[in-house]
Amino acid sequence: MTDTAELQRRTAQLLADHPPATTGRLDFLKARFDAGLAWVHYPEGLGGLGAPRSLQAVVDAELEAAGAPDNDPRRIGIGLGMAAPTILKYGTDEQKQRFLRPLWTGEEVWCQLFSEPGAGSDLAALGTRAVREDGGDWIVNGQKVWTSSAHVARWAILIARTDPDVPKHAGITYFLCDMTDPGVEVRPLRQITGEAEFNEVFLTGVRIPDTRRLGEVGAGWRVALTTLNNERVAIGGMRLPREGGMIGPVARTWRERPELRTHDLHQRLLKLWVEAEVARLTGERLRQQLASGQPGPEGAGMKLAFARLNQEISGLEVELRGEEGLLYDDWTMRRPELVDFTGRDAGYRYLRSKGNSIEGGTSEVLLNIVAERVLGLPSEPRTDKDVAWKDLAR
Amino acid sequence: MTDLLYSEEEEALRSAVRDLLTDRLDPAGVIARTESDAPHDVALWKTLTGDMGLAGLLIPEELDGQGATHREAAVVLEELGRAVAPVPYLTSAVVATEALLACGADDLLARLASATTVAALAVGLHTAPGADFPAVRLENGLLSGELTGIADAVAADLLLVPADDGGLYAVDASAVTVTPQVSFDLTRPLATVTLAGAPAGVRLGDAGPAVRRALRAGAGLLASEQLGLAEWALTETVRYLKERKQFNRSVGGFQALKHRLAQLWLEVVNLRAAARAAADALANGEDADLATAVAQAYAAGVAVRAAEEALQLHAGLGMTWEHPVHLCLKRAKADSIAYGTAGAHRAAVAELVDLRAP
Repeated sequence: MTDTAELQRRTAQLLADHPPATTGRLDFLKARFDAGLAWVHYPEGLGGLGAPRSLQAVVDAELEAAGAPDNDPRRIGIGLGMAAPTILKYGTDEQKQRFLRPLWTGEEVWCQLFSEPGAGSDLAALGTRAVREDGGDWIVNGQKVWTSSAHVARWAILIARTDPDVPKHAGITYFLCDMTDPGVEVRPLRQITGEAEFNEVFLTGVRIPDTRRLGEVGAGWRVALTTLNNERVAIGGMRLPREGGMIGPVARTWRERPELRTHDLHQRLLKLWVEAEVARLTGERLRQQLASGQPGPEGAGMKLAFARLNQEISGLEVELRGEEGLLYDDWTMRRPELVDFTGRDAGYRYLRSKGNSIEGGTSEVLLNIVAERVLGLPSEPRTDKDVAWKDLAR
Repeated sequence: MTDLLYSEEEEALRSAVRDLLTDRLDPAGVIARTESDAPHDVALWKTLTGDMGLAGLLIPEELDGQGATHREAAVVLEELGRAVAPVPYLTSAVVATEALLACGADDLLARLASATTVAALAVGLHTAPGADFPAVRLENGLLSGELTGIADAVAADLLLVPADDGGLYAVDASAVTVTPQVSFDLTRPLATVTLAGAPAGVRLGDAGPAVRRALRAGAGLLASEQLGLAEWALTETVRYLKERKQFNRSVGGFQALKHRLAQLWLEVVNLRAAARAAADALANGEDADLATAVAQAYAAGVAVRAAEEALQLHAGLGMTWEHPVHLCLKRAKADSIAYGTAGAHRAAVAELVDLRAP
């Protein structure tokens, strides 16, 4: 049984064997992975020790105190939050050995080739085709969209249609796609902020060996659900200090710029400050539930709350800035490696937050999920359930 | 660190209270009682306080209390809120008790703990923590004046009365005239308390700090009552909409209604975190002013909306006197004023976190 004391001992040993001051960043991260201290709840040999997930905090605190480098989790969020748990659950031993370590150390960045121009909320309707060549490699053709990090990614998790003659959920297969392969073309997708944080990805005759398939042929939807559920956990489980989110910048502006204050804005600001604090407490409560091993359904709602709050608060700040609110910092197209909701100025925050109710599941879809899975209300009548994908209206 | 979960003991307490309320309190009985001369359920109160000892949760064990904390009292209030129970728990076992704790009135606390006495703080229910409150005249050891909007005064044996010398006095209910007012919330009735030369007796202590502490605890734990109300409204509405058929479908399957209920669920989840934070802060004395103000700035909106949504989605049935949703709505709306409106608490937040008005 791996307990707190044992993890502290192992962490101290890692630090003794690889002093952060004299060890290269990547070498330290590799050593940490090999010591099972990367994600302690993962199996031994794969960066973990099979310990309770809640004990990761023990390791993180010790390493932070020792000034050890971290693996820049924000830069590799898709790999950590989505690809890794899916590979762990459905991958072959070879795949786990090959992918998890460079994923965790950040040597290899991952992106997610799920959404398509014609399949957003109705993700299972996707049309990217993967056709097997005489029982050998798969040949993939199609287009993906909203792909964060595709311009820096080495690997992608990909879902594609392998059987158009069965209903949409049954004909999908899950692959690990090499982004450097011929036929993979990444084009920046410029957004309303002026930035190109996302990409379009065109797949033209991309050859994927069958050893890069994750899960059974035709079982890709079930595999994808693991990815999607982890995506929501990743979005909902963050820990924030008071004023740690979008309310922070506007509260600071309010305090520093008394000349901007009006009574109307004051009332709206206070209402949103309280709601942001309450949402923060809800997130903290969810975290405490997870840590004590009694996960609640609150996670499903957290993203809804943050999306609405981010939009309302950033909208308020543009208004608060008055004359300045008519300006924008810079429309030059940039290609950031990181998603940053609260960076730059108020106008940017306002525009970027519009994506919060779309990315990672639209608010409308999440409300349906809450209504059906949490409250147990009847599902929408489905007219596409028993229809072959090729016969669906498009 | 703030503990926002429920302990096993707290869950056990919840089960005990819920079982009792399920057995002893049916909505038809509550409605009938509101139309009688005795709106409070005295028998239920006796069980809660005598057999279960719940009146003494906040009172130290050496004074015959339970020596528990606001966290446990909050759980009791969630259940009482869910049932819209007509008992003077919040007013006597929380608000009056806190005033007596502030004054160190040990003998009276022992009487409250053993449930031989029900007390009411003679300050209008609408008063926010830190707000001004009326006091009666003190002359030659006698108290004279009229105080209005005193919640649960009709059930009280003992009134805690602020006087114009700045003191708080314990006055026997038999020495004053308590006149019921027609109250919007029938289950937490208000009354006018008239003192015509009532003997002041012992000065318990300074009224200012005692009343502030009492009202803060009342406001903070009211959020748990509001949580219970809102949860009941949501649960009942979901249940009803699954059963109710229209247009050859279960009404709960229509997306417009599903989204409204999902939104409401989200607000209830948020309210739970806010209410737990307030109860925990009151128990530990850390950050209690802000946690209470945040909870009260948020809670009223959710509880009222939950009750209003429940009424609308029960449609014609919700508009009737027989269906208990009106008890819930009346309590939720009255609660939105009790111990300070959301606006008053937002103003408190503005001061506490330095977000000043223009």
